[in-house]
Amino acid sequence: MGKNKVIVNKDYCKGCGICVSVCPVKILKIGEDFKVEVENEEKCIGCGMCELYCPDFAIIVKKGITV
Amino acid sequence: MYTEISLDNLRVKKLPHIWCAGCGNGIVLSAILRAIERSKIDKDKIVFVSGIGCAGRSSGYVNFNTLHTLHGRPLAFATGIKLANPDLQVIVATGDGDLAAIGGNHFIHAAKRNIDLSVIVFNNFVYGMTGGQLSPTTPEDSFTTTTPYGHIEEPMNISYLAIAAGATYVARETIGNPLMLEKYILNGLLHKGFSLIEAVSSCVTEFGRRNNLGDPAEYVKFLKDKSIPFSKVNSVESHDGIVVGEFVNIEKPEFVTSYYELVKKVAK
Ligand SMILES: Cc1ncc(C[n+]2csc(CCOP(=O)(O)OP(=O)(O)O)c2C)c(N)n1
Ligand code: SF4
Ligand code: SF4
Repeated sequence: MGKNKVIVNKDYCKGCGICVSVCPVKILKIGEDFKVEVENEEKCIGCGMCELYCPDFAIIVKKGITV
Repeated sequence: MYTEISLDNLRVKKLPHIWCAGCGNGIVLSAILRAIERSKIDKDKIVFVSGIGCAGRSSGYVNFNTLHTLHGRPLAFATGIKLANPDLQVIVATGDGDLAAIGGNHFIHAAKRNIDLSVIVFNNFVYGMTGGQLSPTTPEDSFTTTTPYGHIEEPMNISYLAIAAGATYVARETIGNPLMLEKYILNGLLHKGFSLIEAVSSCVTEFGRRNNLGDPAEYVKFLKDKSIPFSKVNSVESHDGIVVGEFVNIEKPEFVTSYYELVKKVAK
């Protein structure tokens, strides 16, 4: 199984924390710069919840390629 | 996945947008953009019209033909556009104040005519842009800058009003369920006639802060938890929460079509 990538655009992120609360595997957190950070990216299940709920178009999830 | 669809339809040079951190407007706007993408509508034929207010700022960000109009008047402009060129797909983004307070009569009469417009109202229970004054949809007992001791009126039910006035597609969903919201907007876009999608959104800064909903994530969860499926209560209104679902989806003669048929008949 390929790995998923969670890309945060810090220029758009306002650190509201909505994605942190909706991520089912709890791998997102608000960092010291008040923007979202990804911890343990390998745990991402690629559900896209963070994208759906992000009000700032700041997160892109790239689903890994399954061979 | 989802964000890329939004970015493809936005004027990215204008981002980040002006909305506050955690404002629900961005969640509604992404649902609109995904619905537009899925509808396969020719984007050159889209005219995205908005009024004034935080919700009204959305027309500045979307990469279609856009018109940012006057407070309370987006439906008047949209009516003119649709009548002048019926081939256009006219989408209206409006706020609860814009649509139901200052624009209330335009709303009632556009619904009554069943003119082919797709209206998405960002209902955040308050006048966000001007500092949090009460709006027609402000819930009873809640606090705003103009109801500092709690609101003593029952809120206006926008969907109910749309149905009573004659709208032929009416649905409500909150930002607690963005995929369903997208689905209802898509249905509204494909519907011929007046469609009203009530998107219950959040205003963390002006409403949330004064009503124990200052945390954006908790606000979204609150709206989700307060949602009651229409199928459960079979009513557009409930004192126990926010009824969500597709309320009306019917066919009736559409105004612009009837108008041009009349013109043809009279010209003979
Ligand atoms: C004719 C007119 N009257 C009043 C105003 C001031 N005004 C600007 S936005 C607004 C209300 C906005 O509330 P709403 O439509 O609910 O949108 P929101 O900002 O909450 O998205 C008002 C009263 C105006 N711009 N024009
Ligand atoms: S895609 Fe799903 S699992 Fe991955 S970071 Fe986003 S919310 Fe979490
Ligand atoms: S004032 Fe309210 S509606 Fe306006 S951008 Fe801020 S949170 Fe959103």
